[in-house]
Amino acid sequence: MHPLLTRNRLGYYLLSWIPLAVILIFVMAAGGNLSWLESSIIVIPLCGVYAFICLSAWYTAKSASIQRESALRFIVVHSMAAFLISALWTALGWALVTALSRTPSFQGLNQRFSRQAPILFAAGYLLYLLSVASQYVILSLEASREAEARVMETNILAREAELKALKVQINPHFLFNSLNSISALTSIDPSRARDMCVLLGDFLRMTLGLGEKDLVRFSEELELLQKYLAIEKIRFGERLIMRETIQAESKSCLLPPLLLQPLIENAVKHGIAGLPEGGEVRLSCHRQDGRLDIVVENSWDPDAPPRRSGGLGLKNVQQRLEARYGKDANLRVNTEGPFFRVMLSIPAEGEERS
Amino acid sequence: MTSSQQKRWRALIVDDEELARHIIRELLQPHTEIEVVAECANGFEAVKACAEHRPDLIFLDVQMPKLTGFDVLELIGEGASVIFVTAYDQYAMRAFEVHAVDYLLKPIGKKRFEEALERAKSRLGEKTPSAQKLADSARPPQQFLERVVVKDGTRVTLIPIAKLDYVEAQDDYVALASQGKKHLKQQTIASLEACLDPNCFVRIHRSYIVNLERVVRIEPYGKDSRLAILSDGARLPVSRTGYARLQSLLDEHK
Repeated sequence: MHPLLTRNRLGYYLLSWIPLAVILIFVMAAGGNLSWLESSIIVIPLCGVYAFICLSAWYTAKSASIQRESALRFIVVHSMAAFLISALWTALGWALVTALSRTPSFQGLNQRFSRQAPILFAAGYLLYLLSVASQYVILSLEASREAEARVMETNILAREAELKALKVQINPHFLFNSLNSISALTSIDPSRARDMCVLLGDFLRMTLGLGEKDLVRFSEELELLQKYLAIEKIRFGERLIMRETIQAESKSCLLPPLLLQPLIENAVKHGIAGLPEGGEVRLSCHRQDGRLDIVVENSWDPDAPPRRSGGLGLKNVQQRLEARYGKDANLRVNTEGPFFRVMLSIPAEGEERS
Repeated sequence: MTSSQQKRWRALIVDDEELARHIIRELLQPHTEIEVVAECANGFEAVKACAEHRPDLIFLDVQMPKLTGFDVLELIGEGASVIFVTAYDQYAMRAFEVHAVDYLLKPIGKKRFEEALERAKSRLGEKTPSAQKLADSARPPQQFLERVVVKDGTRVTLIPIAKLDYVEAQDDYVALASQGKKHLKQQTIASLEACLDPNCFVRIHRSYIVNLERVVRIEPYGKDSRLAILSDGARLPVSRTGYARLQSLLDEHK
């Protein structure tokens, strides 16, 4: 469908031809061969027809895109089209003038018109090229609008993918191992088994609940992490030591949900679980100068073969940070010294209170 | 009573989680014919306990610190029936490839546990494949070794592959040179070669595999052969075919 052939656009398009017609009347009359009236009588119907003929430029413009065609071919195609269409138009003008000159009031009009005919032809040529140019403008506007829509669509898809990624973050092996621990506790210490069931239930409920939100308070995420670590503590016993350094002001900060959970999970899975004697998981959080800085550290075995899934977890976090904060967030990994350290810095959102 | 029921079985429980060990101990309680001779919290303890107690049956966790269950199996070799116990189902194929008797998933159910135990009993006395075969099949297909586990008596050494300088064949053994020390392992040089990344390790001689990164230069030596000089000063013979392999690899790296 032609973009200008809708009701309200066609009106504006035809209006834009009025000043063009006025200029053409002036130019045709300026030579002195034609009177103002004669010029108007010839030009007005011709322009009315030409307005519609020029709409055909859209199709040539569409078929000969600026990016795809070579410059030479591009120029040849459009100037030939302009030549032919303008010639046709001039012939139409001749037919009109010939018909008019048969009437008594316009006798000899054809002879007077013949001197102005080249001007009409040149005007037709230029007007056609002008309409080609405007068609290209319309096409590129459409293309940019389409691109914009596509970007929006990709953003929505990315967001959906992110949510999906969040949902699979409950690690099934964590569940299996926890259930195994509960199973052991039922005979050793039934009340601890019950405690662990409650912890696990709370953890799952919080994970599902937080996953549905856009942003959560750091205090909510922290509570989830504490549940997670309490469960792992039952599994690993004395091998797992937890240290928290949480600045009170940071608790009201907002951050994407379950952003830190995979980091803590990695710290346990790839850090503590790889050490026969166990070690420490440290979490520290600071709000300062409009930034929220979070550090997750864990003891680890530097000689252990690299694990692919750990890298995936980190990558996932990085992607989520990028999607939400762009260049405003950064994530660094530091393995110097005895600790594996993930440092995360994001803009501090949310009111500043403790 | 038949003779197999009268026999006392010696069992070993290996898991890094105390609670997980407890479940197995509890499930074994009604079976008076089975005696738990030791419980181990990691692979090193397991290797040591195997040498000490010569168990008939081992309950072995897969994911443990430092040494995995598969590493332990490779090191202890034949003798015991192994039942793997893990929360991960992706190792099942590999477990049966190394001739595990069964593969139990956590959380462990009583019924499933009894089945595994029955299976282990019926298999008792069957000869398990040699350590060599176990070592070969314990490696997941299409994946090169990331480290070599070596047992010296009851001491276990882990050699990360990047720290392996060269390998020398010595009869049924290979000597693994790493950081100035040599470690003996019962394996043929050909089977070890198959487990090493051919882009990093080259068989330069019938009896030698070298870590390409350690080679400083090649010197002519005698009529047809050459010597490879390593960064730690070691000099290894290079055969004619070995030299050709080395050259084609170096060309690729250019």
